[in-house]
Amino acid sequence: MNVIEAENLVKSFGKIKALDGISFKVKKGQVFGFLGPNGAGKTTTVRILTGIIKPDSGKARINGFDVVNETIKAKQSIGVLPEISNAYLDLTAWQNLMLIASLYGMQKDEAEKRAEELLREFGIYERRNTRVRGFSKGMKQRLMLCMALISDPEIVFLDEPTSGLDVQSARMIRGKVLSIAKEKTVFLTSHNMDEVNLLCDEVAIISKGRLVTVDTPERLKSRVGGSIAIEVSFGGKSELRVDEMNVVKYGDKYVIYTTNPYQTICRIVDFAKQNNVEIISINTRTPTLEDAFLKLLEVEK
Amino acid sequence: MKCLAIAKKDILMYYLKGPVVIFGILLPLFLFLAFWIGRNLPLDFLVAGLLAMTVFFASTSVSPVVAPWEGQMRTLERLMACPISVSTIIFGDIIASITFGIGIAIVPLLLGMAFGLSFSFVVLVGIVLAAFCFSCLGLLFSSFPTNMPSTVMMISSLVRFPLIFISGIFIPIQSLPSWGKTISLLSPLTYFTDIARASLGMSSFLPVYLDFLALIAFSGLFLILAIKLHERALLSRL
Ligand SMILES: Nc1ncnc2c1ncn2[C@@H]1O[C@H](COP(=O)(O)OP(=O)(O)OP(=O)(O)O)[C@@H](O)[C@H]1O
Ligand SMILES: [Mg+2]
Repeated sequence: MNVIEAENLVKSFGKIKALDGISFKVKKGQVFGFLGPNGAGKTTTVRILTGIIKPDSGKARINGFDVVNETIKAKQSIGVLPEISNAYLDLTAWQNLMLIASLYGMQKDEAEKRAEELLREFGIYERRNTRVRGFSKGMKQRLMLCMALISDPEIVFLDEPTSGLDVQSARMIRGKVLSIAKEKTVFLTSHNMDEVNLLCDEVAIISKGRLVTVDTPERLKSRVGGSIAIEVSFGGKSELRVDEMNVVKYGDKYVIYTTNPYQTICRIVDFAKQNNVEIISINTRTPTLEDAFLKLLEVEK
Repeated sequence: MKCLAIAKKDILMYYLKGPVVIFGILLPLFLFLAFWIGRNLPLDFLVAGLLAMTVFFASTSVSPVVAPWEGQMRTLERLMACPISVSTIIFGDIIASITFGIGIAIVPLLLGMAFGLSFSFVVLVGIVLAAFCFSCLGLLFSSFPTNMPSTVMMISSLVRFPLIFISGIFIPIQSLPSWGKTISLLSPLTYFTDIARASLGMSSFLPVYLDFLALIAFSGLFLILAIKLHERALLSRL
């Protein structure tokens, strides 16, 4: 069953076309990753799906409810962690949670029970009666997650939940996302390939307001066209030209995807000899989601 | 009710701050003293004026800045992600503003009674309705699409201060020339000042029921406009 459906979403801000016809479906229970560079339209998509802004055209449904015409019903079954947003700094963690609970129409005792559970789980129960002003960034983000989960929503939208956090906090949040994913559908946007690789069942890659592809992380990785990635960099300026090879350039580095690393390395060395350039470094690794991502964006251009 | 939760949040976040409360009482008091000193006006006339001004300033003091402030502090998106509409937020803001307006109005009421004046109960209905009307006006100011509270404060001051002078607070409307009378009808404050005067037994400029009708009409107009404009302003606040 599809719990999130987007059909041909278009949204412009003045001359900027933030979304240029985006369609996808998310099945119940999935963790759906939305991956794209800055300004690709991830947040705009989340805002449309969560009923905060209206698309110029196209349709989106949450649990079958149209986000434009049945906004309140659509919002009732979702929890949202917006990309850049804050809890009320002069309210306590507890007051913040109670506010959101009331806005979901929850009963007081139900809300209190759920709030206590969440605060304990996220390790901020002891600080529930202090003002959020005094919280660290990581604690604030944990509270924002609690606020997204207070209504026990079926679907959770997380817009870059770990951006700007230190390694430890980010790791904790990822752990929580995995446990949320056991019982809920999660829509997650991210820049972080490892995060998406770790958490998501399916990944959509978006660039300049268009979907490049939707696939599982594993299949995306295999789509780079080789089982081994060879990274090589040369001294001085030189253009690596080797026929029939799958070469992508990143900065001063070339990455070649291949199924036959021995042969490929020989050809690279030949190239270096013929052109009289020095090889500064060369190493092999398995392709990552990042490779897939960059390659797909390259093809898109 | 969801708008009550919004109102509670507003009161905790924005109204129950020492400076806000003190300023809410002091500003009208100072304005009032500035006009009182050196002029020989009857006490009941003055207290009615003070009451009108206090309710007016209190109900339009904080209400205009809540929306831009929430945009700037990035709490607005958190609110809008909840299953509520823009009008829920507006009603919540209005309820908080009315509560504050009524709370502050107690000060001039008690002051008047301390001077031995007695109000008819009409004044209570008047205060509630006026606080509602002025709060709607405050929300109309806050619909200006900006996240800069100072910009909204400037706009609201540009409107609020002139209104004080055309609403019969310092000069009875009856003694204005006919063009002055016509202009005064444009200010919602005129009608509440009139109600306050009538409730102290003074002759009113208009029949009191007309004052009430005018306040209701202004409230409706401000409210509808505020909701329309806030919905439009939302995008530029995110
Ligand atoms: N409220 C707005 N007003 C004007 N332009 C906007 C607005 N919101 C987004 N945009 C533009 O739309 C495009 C897509 O923005 P969006 O925030 O959706 O990207 P994103 O993928 O979330 O990027 P990031 O990774 O930086 O968060 C950008 O070019 C952005 O400048
Ligand atoms: Mg974003």
